[in-house]
Amino acid sequence: MARKLNLRIWRGDSTNGALQDVQVDVNEGEVVLDVIHRVQATQMGDLAVRWNCKAGKCGSCSMEINGKPRLACMTQVASYGEDETITVTPLRAFPVIKDLVTDVSFNYKKAMEIPAYAHPADVAPGDARMEQIDVERSQEFRKCIECFLCQDTCHVIRDHEENKKSFAGPRFFIRIAELDMHPLDTLKNRKRTAQEEHGLGMCNITKCCTEVCPEHIRITDNAIIPMKERVVDIKYDPARWLGSKIRKRDGIV
Amino acid sequence: MTQLERHSYDVLVIGAGGAGLRAAVEAREAGLRVAIICKSLFGKAHTVMAEGGAAASMGNVNENDNWMVHFRDTMRGGKFLNHYRMAELHAKEAPDRIWELEVWGALFDRTKEGKISQRNFGGHEYPRLAHVGDRTGLELIRTMQQRIVALQQQDGRDHGDMESHIKVFAELTITEILKEAGKVSGAYGYWRETGAEVLFEAPAVIIATGGVGKTFKITSNSWEGTGDGHALALKAGANLVDMEFLQFHPTGMVWPPSVRGILVTESVRGEGGILTNAAGERFMFKYIPDVFKKMYADNEAEADRWYLDQDNNRRPPELLPRDEVARAINTEVKAGRGTEHGGVFLDVSKRLPAEVIKKRLPSMWHQFYELAGVDITKEPMEVGPTCHYVMGGVEVEPDNAAAVGVPGLFAAGEVAGGMHGSNRLGGNSLTDLLVFGRRAGMGAAEYLKHNGKNPVSDAAIKAAEARIAAPFDRQGGENSYSLHAELQEITHNLVGIIRTQSELEDAITKIADIRKRSANVAVSGGRKFNPGFHLAFDLDNMLLVAESAAKSAFLRKESRGGHTRDDFPGMDNKWRQVNHISSFDGQQVQVCEQALPVLPKELFDLFDVHELEKYMTPEEIAKGGSN
Repeated sequence: MARKLNLRIWRGDSTNGALQDVQVDVNEGEVVLDVIHRVQATQMGDLAVRWNCKAGKCGSCSMEINGKPRLACMTQVASYGEDETITVTPLRAFPVIKDLVTDVSFNYKKAMEIPAYAHPADVAPGDARMEQIDVERSQEFRKCIECFLCQDTCHVIRDHEENKKSFAGPRFFIRIAELDMHPLDTLKNRKRTAQEEHGLGMCNITKCCTEVCPEHIRITDNAIIPMKERVVDIKYDPARWLGSKIRKRDGIV
Repeated sequence: MTQLERHSYDVLVIGAGGAGLRAAVEAREAGLRVAIICKSLFGKAHTVMAEGGAAASMGNVNENDNWMVHFRDTMRGGKFLNHYRMAELHAKEAPDRIWELEVWGALFDRTKEGKISQRNFGGHEYPRLAHVGDRTGLELIRTMQQRIVALQQQDGRDHGDMESHIKVFAELTITEILKEAGKVSGAYGYWRETGAEVLFEAPAVIIATGGVGKTFKITSNSWEGTGDGHALALKAGANLVDMEFLQFHPTGMVWPPSVRGILVTESVRGEGGILTNAAGERFMFKYIPDVFKKMYADNEAEADRWYLDQDNNRRPPELLPRDEVARAINTEVKAGRGTEHGGVFLDVSKRLPAEVIKKRLPSMWHQFYELAGVDITKEPMEVGPTCHYVMGGVEVEPDNAAAVGVPGLFAAGEVAGGMHGSNRLGGNSLTDLLVFGRRAGMGAAEYLKHNGKNPVSDAAIKAAEARIAAPFDRQGGENSYSLHAELQEITHNLVGIIRTQSELEDAITKIADIRKRSANVAVSGGRKFNPGFHLAFDLDNMLLVAESAAKSAFLRKESRGGHTRDDFPGMDNKWRQVNHISSFDGQQVQVCEQALPVLPKELFDLFDVHELEKYMTPEEIAKGGSN
């Protein structure tokens, strides 16, 4: 039943750290988070790791496993070879706090910069009517569990700290897309601010974010590309350009 | 020693699940300055796990639904032990709370007419649960989180500081609620990241910390469900009501560890799943009570024929009511016939072709395959009782969620007691969070109209500091992980889904022993993000919860809802008039009886008197409710 697993864990803090090798028992059917917990309970009482639901629903146990951004609770040990050493390291795009825990406050700051949903003043509570087919587009993005794996893998910020200021990242592009596609939202210009204030244009659609999304949200195809297309359409549509100059109206709505 | 970090707010909300966030929104909208404490990151609370939906009698699918029907269903579900006023407020206000979420941007699934869709759920007479697929809890928490951000953006425009009126303190644990002159003055805690201590001065504190599942070995709750609020309230002088009532599900996964505690729906048995013990015996045939003998097959051949011909055969005993199945599993395991992990086998793989299983039980198949590599089309599941929800909690005033006995303290959500009586209906918890979260926020605002700042004394700070320092100063004491495991073993085996006098007695003694030993817990490593240190405090909370649950269960000599006594299997109408009140005298938990508030006449009259006769004594029926 139980076998020994060679696990390599990054331990340290913001000042320094290194990979440490441990051997730990692993049982059939266990996920990487299980063995990390076993290490914590038996060998390293102070090993820091974030986790909550342990069922792939809260997005807390994000880390890099053999270099790939993953949820530790959704990564089976058996998906690696029996003799393979599994290496777990903290998310690379964010500053380390301790061991496998990183400072993800960047994401909460960005969340505060996205203008909130604006409900129409004339639709009273209970009076909203929306078609299922219309809410489904935004619902796909509302599946997001905020694990921030897409943010971690996005090369615009992964190795470019300097871009963080002007780039909200895939998680917040789907947030903007969700609001933009919300059947009742009244705030205009969401696409334009995505482009001008949140760095949509810096994304060059390599789809890395879509690949790592544990909720299988089609971030690039369904949120980023449609927004980019609209931005381009509107920006380079000569008739609209002329119209915006003449009537001094915002080109993108 | 570095300077102590201090913050001053009007209201401190402990807990950032649905109830805490709804309370914070309400207090902020009353113009107050609010601090929100989360033990984990913002938006990760256990509320995200709720799948089914949020019960509210909007009547979108069946227009016959209204608050009175919902109220009746809730009281029946709780076997009439609910605080009637909480059930009434909940039923009346739930629709407004759901519609309000929509104004804040929530996107529920729709009906054909474009209204919020509502689904059927156990115990609800009409389709009543607003839902978003199976991720309703996530939608609720995200909407609340985004509402908080919207208010912060408003404050940014009005005051030039987005955090001027609401600030979220993530990954912070509160260790103590502070009082001065008999009233709440604030709370003390530490940053999980650094271990550094923090003082919050706030004349009103709202506890919204959720459940207690981690007190038990097998639970569907996450690590956060350690009963912090229950214990904080007890230590601050508040009471807990009816802590014997815990919702267990008879078939949770017990192995492998990656899915331990996750519920296996009853439909697995409905689709032909059979229960066997470690020896391979299909044991349910031994556990058919006399009253069910006419309806349930006593041999395998007939049981198996039932799936093909339900008119001419009796049902398989695997489909007996929940508590009977639980009792049977419990008996098999305790007699030593269980699996090595303390469960039994539930097998559907030998009953149906793989393709049929995947089609009929898609989410079950997917979940276990993805999370644990368990293929239920090829192998049996190992199942046993899992702790899911606690009905008991802080005794509160229904209208303003004020904790009885502690001015300035409020409680809402799972941590509060009374709303669900002895058993919670599915779907009622999400609206409970919203209805009473809001009322707690209103209650705090009202309280602050008459009560100003209540400064924390240096003596209180010193005492709180000393308590945090203690486990670091001790050498060679016991490890908090092993004590926690020991406690979980005791609660699971002795205060679990089926209880008896002698086992509860045993549990009370053993819990007291662990509590004594826990005073010597030593922590290794530093203060920085040290889970061993965190657990030392959580353990203390869980010990109080366990003591309160065990003592209350010991005293209640009947079976009702989430409390099943093998030695008192029936429901006793005399016991329906009794609440168990736990209090803490500084040494141990004391439990005493208190009369349940009497149903007022107008609510009494909502029921058919013959139905009430099942729950009430003839004297109560004769009175016909209070006036």
